[in-house]
Formats: sequence, C-alpha cells, structure tokens
Amino acid sequence: MRFVTSHWIFSALLAAITIIVPVLNLAVPEGSALHIPTYAVSLFGKYLAFALLALAVDLIWGYCGILSLGHGAFFALGGYAMGMYLMRQIGDRGVYGNAELPDFMVFLNWQELPWYWYGFDNFFFAMAMVMLVPGLLAFIFGWFAFRSRVSGVYLSIITQAMTFALMLAFFRNDMGFGGNNGLTDFKELLGFDLRSQGMRAALFIASGGALLAGFLICRVIVTSKLGKILIGIRDAESRTRFLGYRVEHYKVFVFTVSAVMAGIAGALYVPQVGIINPGEFAPANSIEIVVWVALGGRGTLIGAIMGAVLVNMAKSYFTAAFPEIWLFALGGLFIAVTLFLPRGILGGISGSLNMLSARSRS
Amino acid sequence: MLRRLLLPLLLLFASPAFADQTAELLEGLKAKSYAAKIAVVEKLAASGDARVVAPLTAMLNGRLHIRKSDGLIVVLEKKDGKRRFLNALTGEPLGPAKSRSSKKIRVNNRLRGVLRGALGSLTLFSTDPAQRLNAAQSMFKSAGADSLPALAKAYLNETNDGVREALARTLAAARLRHGTDEEKLAAAHILADYPDRGVRDLLAKTAQTAKGDLLVAVKQADASIEQRLAFFDILQNLFQGLSLGSVLLLAAIGLAITFGVMGVINMAHGEMVMLGAYTTHVVQVVMQQYYPGAITQSLLLSIPAAFLIAGLFGVFLERSVIRFLYGRPLETLLATWGLSLMLQQFVRSIFGPTNREVIAPSWMSGAIEITGGLVLTNNRICIIIFAVLVFLVLTLLIRYTDFGLRMRAVTQNRAMADAVGIRSSWVDALTFGLGSGVAGLAGVALSQIDNVSPNLGQGYIIDSFLVVVFGGVGNLWGTLVGALSLGMANKFLEPYAGAVLGKILILVLVILFIQKRPRGLFALKGRAAEA
Repeated sequence: MRFVTSHWIFSALLAAITIIVPVLNLAVPEGSALHIPTYAVSLFGKYLAFALLALAVDLIWGYCGILSLGHGAFFALGGYAMGMYLMRQIGDRGVYGNAELPDFMVFLNWQELPWYWYGFDNFFFAMAMVMLVPGLLAFIFGWFAFRSRVSGVYLSIITQAMTFALMLAFFRNDMGFGGNNGLTDFKELLGFDLRSQGMRAALFIASGGALLAGFLICRVIVTSKLGKILIGIRDAESRTRFLGYRVEHYKVFVFTVSAVMAGIAGALYVPQVGIINPGEFAPANSIEIVVWVALGGRGTLIGAIMGAVLVNMAKSYFTAAFPEIWLFALGGLFIAVTLFLPRGILGGISGSLNMLSARSRS
Repeated sequence: MLRRLLLPLLLLFASPAFADQTAELLEGLKAKSYAAKIAVVEKLAASGDARVVAPLTAMLNGRLHIRKSDGLIVVLEKKDGKRRFLNALTGEPLGPAKSRSSKKIRVNNRLRGVLRGALGSLTLFSTDPAQRLNAAQSMFKSAGADSLPALAKAYLNETNDGVREALARTLAAARLRHGTDEEKLAAAHILADYPDRGVRDLLAKTAQTAKGDLLVAVKQADASIEQRLAFFDILQNLFQGLSLGSVLLLAAIGLAITFGVMGVINMAHGEMVMLGAYTTHVVQVVMQQYYPGAITQSLLLSIPAAFLIAGLFGVFLERSVIRFLYGRPLETLLATWGLSLMLQQFVRSIFGPTNREVIAPSWMSGAIEITGGLVLTNNRICIIIFAVLVFLVLTLLIRYTDFGLRMRAVTQNRAMADAVGIRSSWVDALTFGLGSGVAGLAGVALSQIDNVSPNLGQGYIIDSFLVVVFGGVGNLWGTLVGALSLGMANKFLEPYAGAVLGKILILVLVILFIQKRPRGLFALKGRAAEA
C-alpha cells in the first residue's frame, strides 16, 4: 500500500515540476526572485532527458538483471535521428546556402543526399525513426544475444563493443552523419526558433511529459505479471526457464522497450543542447548512466530518476567550479556506492524504513 | 681495388687541366630557361670534374646564388646564424653576405631530378660505400644514356655487395631505357629479381612502348614481381598482425588472470597499463638525472619497476575495494571503473594532460630490411619477443610453482582450498597483484609504440576484454590464440576495409562469435563453467 502511494506522489510531483518550471520562466517577470532563467530551463530539461535514459537502464538492469554497457548507443541513435530532422530544417540557411544538402556534405563535395537521409524532412517520419532505429537495433541485438544465452558479464562486454563499434563508425566522414563534428547549428523545430524562450519551455514540457509517461509505462510493466517474470529472470534465470517460460522472449521484449525509451531520451536531449556528435557513443558515457541508476537505487525506478538528476546537477556544478575534482568525485562516487550503498540511496532509505516499521509493528 | 682508388685521384689531378672549361660551363647556369640549365648541368656532370659536386649540391638545396655586385656564381653558406659567400668551385670564403645582395638560381622539380642524377654519377666513384650506395639508388630514376658507361664501370669495380646489388638494379634500369635491343631484353630479365615499386613503375612505363620479345620479357618480369610483392605483402601483414597480436596479448594477459582466473572485472586494468608506462617515464627521468651514462638501460630497469608498482597497487586495490565485492561481478565493474576515472585524473594532475616522452634505446630503433618490400622494425620485434617471454613465464609460473598451484586450487574450488589450509584471501590478493603487475609490464612495452598520456589505458581496455572473452575465460592459451587471431584478422582486413572499418568489422565479428560460443574459443567445461 505504502509503495503504491509513493509512486502516485512521485508522478504528481513530476507533473507539477513539468508545469511549474515553464510557468516560472515565462509568466514571472525577470526581476522576480521566483523567475527561472531560460538557460536553467534547458539545463533541467537536459536532466529530465537523462532521467528518462536512466529509467530505461533501470528497467532492464534493475528488473531483469541485464547490465547493458551500451545504452548510450540507443540514446545517441535517437539523438541522431532527431538531429537529422533538425539538419533538414536548416534548409538553405547553412553556411554554404545549399538547400539540398547539409553543410558538411557540401564540404565533402557530395552531390546528392544519401538514401538514408530521405524522409527526414518530415517530422513524423523522423519521430518514428527516433523510436524505430534504436528499437530495431535492440531487437536484433537482443534476439541474437539472448537466444544464445549470452548473459551477465559477457553481455555487458558485447554491448560495450557494440557502442564502441558504432562510435568508430560515426566518426567516419563517409558514413554521412557529419563525422566527428556531428550534427549541429540547428535553427528551428516544427518552424519555431530553437533558441526562443517558448521553444525551450515547450521542450522542457515535452521532456517532463515523456519522463512521466516512461515512468508510468515502466510501473505498469514491472507491476504486471510480466514484471514478476522479469524479476524471476533477474534472480534465478535457469529456474525461470525450467518453469517453462521463454526467458529470451521476455528479455528481448524488455530490452527493446528500454532501447526505444533511450532513443526518445536522445531525441529530447539533442534540441536542448543543440548538438549531437559521435562522442555520445563513447563507452564511458554508457557506464556513467549505470552509475546514476546504481546511486539512486536499482530496481526502484524513482531512484534511477533521482540518481540521474543528482549526478548531473553535481556534474554541472563541479565541472564549472572545480573541473580538476570532478573525475575524483565521480570515481569516488562509483566506489562508495558499490561498497557502502549497494542498494542505492532510495534502496537504503526504504530498507531502513521497512526495518523501522517492522520494528514498531512487533 | 687499385682502380677504385685511382679513379678519384685521377679525376682530382685531371681537374686543373680543364679548370677554365668547367668555370666557363658553370657560367651557363645563369641562363633563364630551365631547359638551358638542364643542358648545362648534364654537361657539368659529363665533365667528370669532382669540384662541381659542391655547386651542384648547393643548387639542389637552393643555396647557389649569383652575386649582384659582380655577377659571380657563389655558394651561400649559413652557419650559426651567419651568412657568407663561398667560391662555387674552390670553396674559398668570399666574406660575409648581406641579405638581398645576391640572387638565387632557381630550380624546378625536373631540374632537381637531373641534379640528383648528375650528383649520383659524380659520387659513384667515391671512396665511401654509403655515398656510392646513395648515388646508385638516386640514379635509378634519372640515369641517362650518357651515364651508362660510368655505371657499367662502377658495377664492374664494385666490391661491396650491397652497393653492387643497387648498381646492378640501376644499371639494368638505365639499359632498359637507353641500351641496345639485346641489352634491354637482358635488363628486363635482371629487373625481375628486384621486386619493388620503383622497378614496377619502370616496367609499366616500358611496356607502353615496347614491342615483340621485349614486351613479352617486360610482362614476364612484371608478373613475377607482382607475385613476389603480393607474397611480401602477406609477409608484412603477417608481421604486423603478429606485432598487433603481441601488443593485445600483453594488454590482455593480465586481464586474463584477474578476469579469467578470479572472475573480477577490472575496468581499471587499462590504468594499470598506464601506470606501467608512466613508471617507465619516471625511471627514465631519474636515470637522466643521476646516471646519464646508462640511459639506454633505463628501459630494462623499468621492467621490474613497472611490475612492482602496478603489482603493489593491485594488491592495495584488492585489499581495499575488490575483496568486498567478490561474487558481485557487475558491482566490481562499476567500482573499478570509478577507480579508473580517479587514476586517470590523478595522473593528469601530476604529469599534466600532455604526452610524456619515453626515449627508445638505440638497440630498439631502426629496422631490418629483408628486401625492398619487406621492413621489420626493431621495436616491434622486441615487443613480440617480450610478449612471448611474459606469456611463457606466466604459464610456467601457474603450472609449476607452489603459488601457481594454490592459485589454481582456489580458482577450482575455494571451499576445498580453504579446507586444506590455503589462505585463499591472500592468494586472491597476490593473484590480483600478479595480473596488475603484468599490466604494468604491458605499459613498459606500450610506452615504446604509443603516446604515454593519461588516456593510454582507455584505448586498450575494450580490446583486452574482447581478447579475453573471445579466447575463453580462465585459460591463458585461449588468450594467446585470441590475441593473435584478433591481431591477424585486424591487419589482414585493414588493406581491404581501411583501419577504422576493419576494426568495426572485427568488433561485429567478435559479437557474432560470442553468440555462437558464449563462453569463448576454449571454454571451461563441467562444474567450473557454472560458477
């Protein structure tokens, strides 16, 4: 009972933040103490996109025991799909003024648009790709991996190899995704200026909404019968298989859902930071996501969201104030969490709460 | 022998007789057109006057000038920031040179080629074998009909084998271009024995104009060279694959111990390699400070130093962090990753983000050239040998020593090992220290071929994991086979797919391979595999 209420409270809180922050930004005059500056709106929007990504990782790691060290790849693929749409929106306002080709293609002396760029002028097609591309990759990858029962550490290492391979591929100029500069210099989204205050607020609302939707979907999944089987797979995979469940089907399903969520997170992230480049595929990024989840508490959903926001707020602060210390702090966090908080902040708190209530009851 | 000594002497004594003639010829270099200058250079070379070497060399380097005051051709010399003129032929100093007091005699690429050829034929009879070799090689492309007699004479007189080979090649090339029909045919046959790109270019050019027998001979020579070059390519790839494989082996073998034998996923393994590389750097700096005479030995001294430092750090790491995480491999992964971030930042704070220099000892620089197409660099050879040594020592250690026995016992059955009195926690610490120490050794080797920077380890960690997983966990032989096959595959794919695409292909192939054999090439069987 207590658990059900806590998740409704959290949803309400999230919804409230999604509405209040843009209101404080748009409606409250600039001099007021309650005013939230536009840059902060984008910054928080970015945190929300990361939170959605962390949620995706928690769904598979926390509830199904799949530790993916390549989730940054799905995030980046979604981001690239969004970036391609934004590139097409630039039209002839690029440096070279070529209406047909993005700047980097003109620079590389390309004559025509590669086939895989077709259709990205259309917003809805691009949004479909945001979900389809990561989803399809995850489906194929998961299909092969889970069917041959690659699990545990081996799976972690091959997901890492996957994102590493994609990073190398996207660094290549002839891939047609802008090489190491990536995609940038975006102008507008759906005809609205990306830099305008209204657009920023809209993106924040979209991020908040997507996070809320993602949270509720994950809740539905993990509390359903399906979720029970996932937890069964996490805790005793062989036993679940012997009970007659097709473990690989469940794993592929949840892995694909998670990749789609990561792709959407990437699509929300790109317009708010204004750039996507192959660095997002770096294996280090994917590992960092896992730490957000571990810090917040794996297998709690809410914890993943909190972990993502907390770590990224700390990162924004440290990299600006003490850039030297940031890696020490992050590295120390990894070690401290695994050694002293194996269930994360939230897991630790709820654990001690449960103990207290159990004690008072007895 | 006598003739070889006499010839330069003869040239030297002969020179005053036509001194005027040479000086007169030299004046011709003032001509505006390049064609005229080329004609003059060729005449100068044909004169055989040894004194023209200096002005022609100067001309090639753009230091032959015309003095504006009197129109004399002079050599401009720059020494210690001072400029002075020298007499072009005699080399006697003519006093300091002010800027803009002279005009450079300009050369273009064609003229440069002619100059090189001319200088070549002039130095063919030098007493220094290195100079003769240089001359023979430089004349390969440029030797004209008029240098045929000189080349033939030089070839007959030559006693040094290496120079003789080079002369034979150049002579054949010159004959193929300018000789009689019979000479051309013979030259084509001779050239077939010199499989390099230069000869192939020449043969291709000849084939365009050749007819009849000559065309057949040229085609045959070309085909035989192509075959040999392809063979050399394979050998070269083999060598490079072996070299990459041994680098991978060095980087991965420490991991094979910590990951394979202990089941600990040490993401800070790359940073252990980095620590080893920085230890090499520090040892070198210390040696430079206190024993500059023995600097070439610093690399040898680094080997135990790096092993100790990385190994001790490994033991410390195991005692302070990893022992609390046994049985939770994914958590270990996170904690060690955090550690790797801290280590990187730590090294960056101390040594700075830029690359540190590690000097290669003289016995490691240079290369062995087997033939024109096949070059084996010494440092790569050393690394291959080093990797093999490290592998052998480790295998023997695990197989035959008391510590190795304990290690295997703990790996196979911890509870039973505890029961027979093995202190398994100490074995864990020492095993982890051994794996880290070997990573430190890898750092010493990598410092020779890679940049010593805080990110050094990051570049190898993913590859190392793939090697271990590919080869099969818990098996050093698997690691050896894994490293060598990945290295070979990488180098053989590179020519077709390019370096980056080749690497991507390898990653995809390994991912697919793991689907097929989820436990690697040499999987443990039976109960040990379940752990």
